[in-house]
Amino acid sequence: MSKRFLYVNRKAPYGTIYALESLEVVLIGAAFEQDVSLAFLDDGVFQLTRGQQTDELGVKNFSPTYKALGDYDVNKIYVERESLEARGLSLDDLLPLTYEDEDDDWAEKDSIKLVSAAELAEIMQAQDVVLSF
Amino acid sequence: MLHTVNKSPLDRNTLESCIQHALKGSAVLLIEDGVYGAMQGTQKSPMVESAMKEVSFYVIGPDLKARGIDASRVIDGIDIIDYSGFVDLVAKYDKTQSWL
Amino acid sequence: MKFSILVSEGPYTHQAADTAYNFTQAALEKGHEIYRIFFYHDGVNNGTRLTTPPQDDRNIVNRWSALALEHEIDLVLCVAAAQRRGIADADEARRNGKDADNIAAGFRISGLGQLIDAGIESDRLITFGD
Repeated sequence: MSKRFLYVNRKAPYGTIYALESLEVVLIGAAFEQDVSLAFLDDGVFQLTRGQQTDELGVKNFSPTYKALGDYDVNKIYVERESLEARGLSLDDLLPLTYEDEDDDWAEKDSIKLVSAAELAEIMQAQDVVLSF
Repeated sequence: MLHTVNKSPLDRNTLESCIQHALKGSAVLLIEDGVYGAMQGTQKSPMVESAMKEVSFYVIGPDLKARGIDASRVIDGIDIIDYSGFVDLVAKYDKTQSWL
Repeated sequence: MKFSILVSEGPYTHQAADTAYNFTQAALEKGHEIYRIFFYHDGVNNGTRLTTPPQDDRNIVNRWSALALEHEIDLVLCVAAAQRRGIADADEARRNGKDADNIAAGFRISGLGQLIDAGIESDRLITFGD
């Protein structure tokens, strides 16, 4: 029986390693065939922004890896609307994350679901395991 | 669900964000620097007092004592517990979310 | 009940390792089982035997080792996090061409899968971090 795992991301990338190492857990965890969801709220929404360029810092830009999540069957990516708005962002500022739906003739679909704080609270409540980074 | 918060609400928005996502009937446990959120008379006390209408609040006694916060300064209705009580809360609620 | 614990911060800088230890002790005293304690991020620094705190301070690493020995608790350091931060057992040191290892007694190094497994196999998974 699979469990519902939620990875909660509330921290911005690069200032600390939590975003990167959280992504590493998600990628490894995908092999365990559990029911996986990701939540991005507070400064965590900055992890998904387009246009990250890290070459002048001398650190790896790991944002393209989010686009690979669909290939790992990780396609429930919840982004909190209030957190985006508080930071002057909209969906257009975020990376386009998609997956191919095998139940719908492999149609390409958006992985990102914009949810309210109230909806996210219900999503959190519906999990078996919540990991926060 | 049990939520734990380990940041002072006067420094970070962690407790505020936790409260926004804590459903009626869930519990919030203040640990480490989170215990400053249990104090009366701070800028953030009204936020906690308002949340207590729907959510149960607990605070770790040893963390309060370490920081010189007397029990008399804790908001009425917040339960002061020890690590044994912490374990009981984790067992009682079906899952724990740590707000870091 | 079966508990697992994730420790995400190193010793001394943050209180997380102390809280995790106090929680673990209380859980054991109440008869709960600790399925695994997984150390990630800077948490892997809980597992170096080179730690030498002043004599009047607690030795966080030795405390974990003693707990593992007494209660046969599985203490796991994430391999990727450990490699980044210079924590190695004999195998890891040899594989990566290092001249020494530094893992403390009672700890082992393994993959992130051990964290997911802990989430699957335990009744509760609780995180201590920053």
